[in-house]
Amino acid sequence: MFSYCSDPSVLEGFTWLSCYLTTGTHMLFYASFGTVLLVLAITAPVALLFGFGGAMAARSRIAPLRWLGKVYTSMVRGVPDIIFFLFVPIALDQGLEWLRSRFYCDPSVPVRQGNDFVVCAAAKLPLSSSPSWVHDIYGIALAIIAFSVVFGAFAANVLYGAMGAVPRAQIETAEAYGFTSRQINRRILLPQMWTYALPGLSNLWMILIKATPLLFILGVEDIVYWARELGGAKTRAFDYPHPDWRLYYFLGVLVFYLLMTWVSERLLDRVRARLSHGQATLAGEAMRKAAA
Amino acid sequence: MNQCLQTIADYGLRAFGYGERLLPRSDFTLCQQFTLIGSGLLWNIYFAVLALAAGFVLANALALCKASAHPLLRKPAEWFIFVFRGSPLFIQFFLAYEALVLLPRAGIEIFGLTVQTGWVTRAWAGATLVLILNTAAYSAEIFHGALRNLPRGEIEAADAYGFSGWQRFRKIVWPTMLRLAWPSYTNEAIFLFHATTLVFFSGFPAFQQKGDALYYARYFAEQTFNPFVAYPIVAGYFVALTLLLIWVFGLINRRLNRHLPGAARKLRYRPNLIR
Repeated sequence: MFSYCSDPSVLEGFTWLSCYLTTGTHMLFYASFGTVLLVLAITAPVALLFGFGGAMAARSRIAPLRWLGKVYTSMVRGVPDIIFFLFVPIALDQGLEWLRSRFYCDPSVPVRQGNDFVVCAAAKLPLSSSPSWVHDIYGIALAIIAFSVVFGAFAANVLYGAMGAVPRAQIETAEAYGFTSRQINRRILLPQMWTYALPGLSNLWMILIKATPLLFILGVEDIVYWARELGGAKTRAFDYPHPDWRLYYFLGVLVFYLLMTWVSERLLDRVRARLSHGQATLAGEAMRKAAA
Repeated sequence: MNQCLQTIADYGLRAFGYGERLLPRSDFTLCQQFTLIGSGLLWNIYFAVLALAAGFVLANALALCKASAHPLLRKPAEWFIFVFRGSPLFIQFFLAYEALVLLPRAGIEIFGLTVQTGWVTRAWAGATLVLILNTAAYSAEIFHGALRNLPRGEIEAADAYGFSGWQRFRKIVWPTMLRLAWPSYTNEAIFLFHATTLVFFSGFPAFQQKGDALYYARYFAEQTFNPFVAYPIVAGYFVALTLLLIWVFGLINRRLNRHLPGAARKLRYRPNLIR
């Protein structure tokens, strides 16, 4: 990074540290924080969409759709989320490869041969000839889908409860004015449910932040991966030999997460105040009184 | 059938190191998967029961400290709760393991006695410790919330009857706090039970392949490249035990609310409203 870093063995003290902390692998470590933030930024809206679909399905008048919604919302209740994180990517991967194998390979060859899952080279996902970044992206995409499915189910629970919490009289009034059910959803139910959904959703956001280290289990090179890699003891063979520093790396990761949750909490408090504005809830009433 | 009984005899306690030494390597039968995953489940139960029992006591103390007016009690409790609730359990496991490994191998000398330290890096001790501290922080926050929501009338009534100090706490404050906190605490207990599956995925190694339910489920899924058998099995086990846990906590809830006819609403597990 710096010009004086060319020969690390003669460096000492602060200069050594400044060179050590700016090596190529450390840059990858810092970039992996970006990966975590990216996963969060993609997962949160997608999960919200999944949750919205699930909640709408659970409220549907069409029975099979309703059952589907109910199963989706209740599946996360009794089963640890990490089981889904392990299950969804591999199941999805095999499902996609199986589908592709029906098109690109000889369909008469079964994919399950004893204890192996075999598809021909043309059906592999991603293709073995594709560059390594495609593999990385594919892994991250599978992880994001797994996260979205699980947190979508959590969000569906929250949104389903919030939709039920919108005062019944509001809906009845809209019906009395001749609103169609679609209009009621769009103009009455959806704008009002957010204040009821927010406590649950903000909690969910916190859980999501704290679930991101599980990316490591899914094989994504995230901050946990790099903290383990970089922190491990380095012998003389390395440019920057040091004893086992994993404790310090993990402390750094811990501080990162503490900051994330702390900042989120502050921000969510603000959103909460804004959404309570003008609502027929205790918080909204308190705000009205404070202003008057 | 007899073969399956033999499998149960061989692998029923495999997770604790009894019975057959080698895990099955090929031709996995359903019976083997059910037995081995069920044997791993004993670890999950062990972690959950110990952590809940010890964490409950610690959480009560922490909640009282956080509610205390004295800053020397309040501040440490607040920080403890902030750190453990604000960071992922997964990272806490890693951090604890790395910290415990740094303890001197030879043991610590205290008053001429050498205290062995090797065992704390094992999952049964180290992971339990982390789980205790973690659940204590979450539960303390719940209990603290309940303490703040104590009906004022009950405290006034206690004062009017001449209750004070320990007696007031033991007879009025504490039971009411528990009663108010119990539905949320049930959620926390379920979450903790589910979180025990993280232990063997974090720093703590599974010595001699002695792991928990998910460890074995993953073993089977990786050996057979088939996630559609082992994971549903472990999921089924967890659903059953979660229902059992809800039932037990529901009984306690009924007991806590026995003086309030109709107040003991059915406990509902709402995973989203906690944590």
